[in-house]
Amino acid sequence: MKKLPELIFAAGKEGKVGYAYSACEFGDDLIAVDAEHLRQDIEDFPQVSEVEIVRHYTNLSHLNHSVDSGFYPLGSCTMKYNPKINEKIAAFEEFSAHPYSPHHLVQGNLEVIKDLEEWLCKLTGMPAFTLTPAAGAHGEFVGMQIIRKYLSSKGEPRKIVLIPDSAHGTNPASAHFAGYEIKEIPSNEEGILDTAVVKEHLNEDVAALMMTNPNTLGIFEKNIVEIAAALHENGSLLYMDGANMNAFMGIVRPGDLGADVLHLNLHKTFATPHGGGGPGSGPVGVAAHLKEFLPVPLVDENKDTKQFSVRYFNEGIGRVKNYYGNFLVLVRALVYLYSLGRENLDKVAEDAVLNANYIRKKLEPLLDLPYKSRTLHEVVFSDKNLNVKTLDIAKRLLDFGIHPFTIYFPLIVHGAMMIEPTETESKETLDAFIAAMKQVLQEAAENPEILENAPHHTPVRRLDEVYAARKLIIKWQKEENN
Amino acid sequence: MSLEDLKFSKDHEWVKVEGDTVTVGISDHAQKELGDVVYVELPPIGDTFAKGEACSNIESVKAVNDIYAPVSGEIVDINSALEDNPELINQSPYEEGWMFKMKMEDEGDLDDLMDADIYEEYLQGA
Amino acid sequence: MRYFPLTDTDREEIRKSIGIKENKELFADLPREKIYYSLQDFPSALAEDEILKKFKEIAKKNRYGEYLSFLGGGAYNHFIPEVVDHLSGKGEFVTPYTPYQPEVSQGSLQAMFEYQTMMTMLTGLDVSNASLYDGGTAAAEGVLLALRKARKKRILIAANLHPEYIEIINTYIRNLDYKAEIIGFDKDKGTVDLNELEKKFDDKTAGIIFQSPNFFGVVEDSRKISAFAHQQKAYAVQVIAEAMSMAFLTPAGQNGVDICVGEAQSFGLPLGFGGPYLGFMAAKKEFIRQMPGRIVGQTVDTKGDRGYVLTLSTREQHIKREKATSNICTNQAWCALRAAMYLTAMGKKGLREIAKTNHLNTAYFVKESGKFSHVNVKYKKNFYNEIVLEIKNTTLEDFTGKLEAEGILPGIPLNWFSPDMEDALLVNFTEKHKKKDIDRLIAAIGELQ
Repeated sequence: MKKLPELIFAAGKEGKVGYAYSACEFGDDLIAVDAEHLRQDIEDFPQVSEVEIVRHYTNLSHLNHSVDSGFYPLGSCTMKYNPKINEKIAAFEEFSAHPYSPHHLVQGNLEVIKDLEEWLCKLTGMPAFTLTPAAGAHGEFVGMQIIRKYLSSKGEPRKIVLIPDSAHGTNPASAHFAGYEIKEIPSNEEGILDTAVVKEHLNEDVAALMMTNPNTLGIFEKNIVEIAAALHENGSLLYMDGANMNAFMGIVRPGDLGADVLHLNLHKTFATPHGGGGPGSGPVGVAAHLKEFLPVPLVDENKDTKQFSVRYFNEGIGRVKNYYGNFLVLVRALVYLYSLGRENLDKVAEDAVLNANYIRKKLEPLLDLPYKSRTLHEVVFSDKNLNVKTLDIAKRLLDFGIHPFTIYFPLIVHGAMMIEPTETESKETLDAFIAAMKQVLQEAAENPEILENAPHHTPVRRLDEVYAARKLIIKWQKEENN
Repeated sequence: MSLEDLKFSKDHEWVKVEGDTVTVGISDHAQKELGDVVYVELPPIGDTFAKGEACSNIESVKAVNDIYAPVSGEIVDINSALEDNPELINQSPYEEGWMFKMKMEDEGDLDDLMDADIYEEYLQGA
Repeated sequence: MRYFPLTDTDREEIRKSIGIKENKELFADLPREKIYYSLQDFPSALAEDEILKKFKEIAKKNRYGEYLSFLGGGAYNHFIPEVVDHLSGKGEFVTPYTPYQPEVSQGSLQAMFEYQTMMTMLTGLDVSNASLYDGGTAAAEGVLLALRKARKKRILIAANLHPEYIEIINTYIRNLDYKAEIIGFDKDKGTVDLNELEKKFDDKTAGIIFQSPNFFGVVEDSRKISAFAHQQKAYAVQVIAEAMSMAFLTPAGQNGVDICVGEAQSFGLPLGFGGPYLGFMAAKKEFIRQMPGRIVGQTVDTKGDRGYVLTLSTREQHIKREKATSNICTNQAWCALRAAMYLTAMGKKGLREIAKTNHLNTAYFVKESGKFSHVNVKYKKNFYNEIVLEIKNTTLEDFTGKLEAEGILPGIPLNWFSPDMEDALLVNFTEKHKKKDIDRLIAAIGELQ
């Protein structure tokens, strides 16, 4: 079985080198820094040869499950295939210009930004976009700042943001850092927001409602148009979390549903890789009346000369991230969109939703489905009526070479199992997953210890999170670990 | 220690009264609900808290729970052993897992606390 | 479409299985009049060869690569060993999510643990998180961390911090109940004005955030600034925008700094037109429960074998929601992985050598340019790999324009950032500049006398 390699520090030995770079052409006599500021050593820093580095990381790579190695139906994360051509193009040396390069020398990069903005505007029906936010949560923060700035310009920022109980934890955290109090509102028995319930919570203090649509149950918030109208009548705004845009890209535009602000996750719907936890990209689209509050920098195109320029100052929320955001992620997303083209834009959602419904259909006889509304891109089961916990099922799935679904989220479902297959999985893969689930559930009934002791065939067995949190070993140290 | 010497709050804290000093911890029921405790943040000695004010917290892998002052008064001692061995809360909630001692300002604060048998009924009902 | 494995037969079977006749029924909850809008406005799909050609053409519109560039300002052009691209490009590293199932994520987790270890070694501090978005947002998170921990409302910001970082900090704290105040810098030395610092510090101040080497490239007296903050029972937050400097200058921890944040793009990430980069954060142990972002911890499995997990997650948004230490979720894990690979490849010896080369190349320019009277290096002492160059005989635009005509980008005009910034250029030298490159710059400047 694959085992963890020793930590890289253990292989360190004076005299080993892992690099070769041409020598400095000047002597130490030129040093112009006072001696007190000069570093003497970097104690215990790695000293290994090139082949050892290659083996270390190659062996580490073998310990990871990834989209490239197998099925990864992690709900709400849209773990679709990441096309290889996107990687190749993002690595073009010409794209890797300095961010402070004079603009006339980086017209290609500015074109990429403007072009992607236009694609996203057209796909979402939002008239303007910023591509600078680094991830979904960063986009939420930017969006809530825009709302705050807009409302302030109207008189006052208001105090409260309404967030449904099914929301991802980043929603309340982002609204909080934009200076808002959070008021949680309950979903109804269909798993969605009731217009009447939203209306009950509306008053002059409500700045906005943050709605994930489709929501984290994989259900379309079908009252969105009515809710948006009620919000607008109250002078409040609708923030739409577009993390689940994969469910209806090319099918419906959030702008047409009444969203005032929307963020997208390029590392979900737009096929850029997750990298083991980033980099992502979280562009934010806004309605026309919010355009002037977008963060800087902003790229402008002169339609006559086809020249691109950059605005560094406006009356907006200011700057939220260095330079132009995660630019090379933007390149990947744009390549993806051109690869899809108009012929395939709506096929993404169709196949994603077909796959999710197929899994629902096949597993519904075996698992409790707490919300029976129509399923879009993902389906959420609960561990109710089972004699094992969701965690045990998830751990046992690892033995089948399948990455488990998202577990224990959303919070409103007991022992939630949130399954999102995406459109890039074959029917054979889905059938294999369904078969694995059937076997695991049969084991659960007949021999639950198999699940409770799972996983059995992974590089490490079940890991002790309590030990980690109590001991807090968060770095290698010479004395303790040797 | 006998449970009969203790009084319990609705927030699942226990209190042991000795003169005007009260020792505070969390109940066996509470430690079971929390699961494995990984960290305990204790209040600084000398700080004063009003009854019901959050003065400390207990962290498990999945949650952080505030601990509320069961009476008003000043913190006069803390159980430093919890800093390195937070699991004492799980292992011995009523003895080695005590959290802090307060100098009580008003004995009336004890009035709404429950005796062990009432607390047991409260748990059954809850 | 090669990204869709379902065949038409599969689709038909699935539709039959779930009891629908056509795909449109999947979206029956969506407003009927708003769905299936026309996609005719979008370009037609491009085949792989067409995509390559299209993007090569766009890329070629960038002319930056044809120039000898001395641009820095928080984004530095360092050499990247081949092993970094090769190893970080492995699909097993590129295509997983955040390691929520640690048993099948030990590769990413152990690498993050090694990254955290190396960042603590470089900063000389106790603990490091697994990454933040970039230098600017890391600076903002550093400010929030100091304010949270100190339970105070006021923070001082050194004026010679990277101007973008100041803007980002302002955006982050604007709507919270905090106040920021700017501390000026000594116009002769380029460093934080310690007298002003003393005057503006009071017992409501949580700390000072300063950059060293600062935006002008000058090394600050971190020890003095930290000692001063500590006297006031406040914290010193050091920003490092050029991570390479850590291998050449005394570490933050050794100078008494409490929190060290910054940009580690220099460790194995290409210029990439500004991103993705790598925000880092290290701090003294006492800050750990208040830190933002992911943290990897070592643990054991049920057999007692070593393994790694994300730990202290109670700080984070998915548990604490609006009470979390930060809203950050997805961060820059793959960039941190590249940094770990880069640092491992360079090793103790290589990193120190390269870091010194950066300084010596800069020092060579400072010495050589000393013969000119039409330009002047403003701060001639204690710079690292960046200097402020004053132009005496013409306008900035004229100077940079003429050098650009010679194929040289001599630096970043400081007046880009704000009108009250100095009328000068920020010039950066890395190990990628050879003596002949610097001589070429010197010669071209000489032509403008």
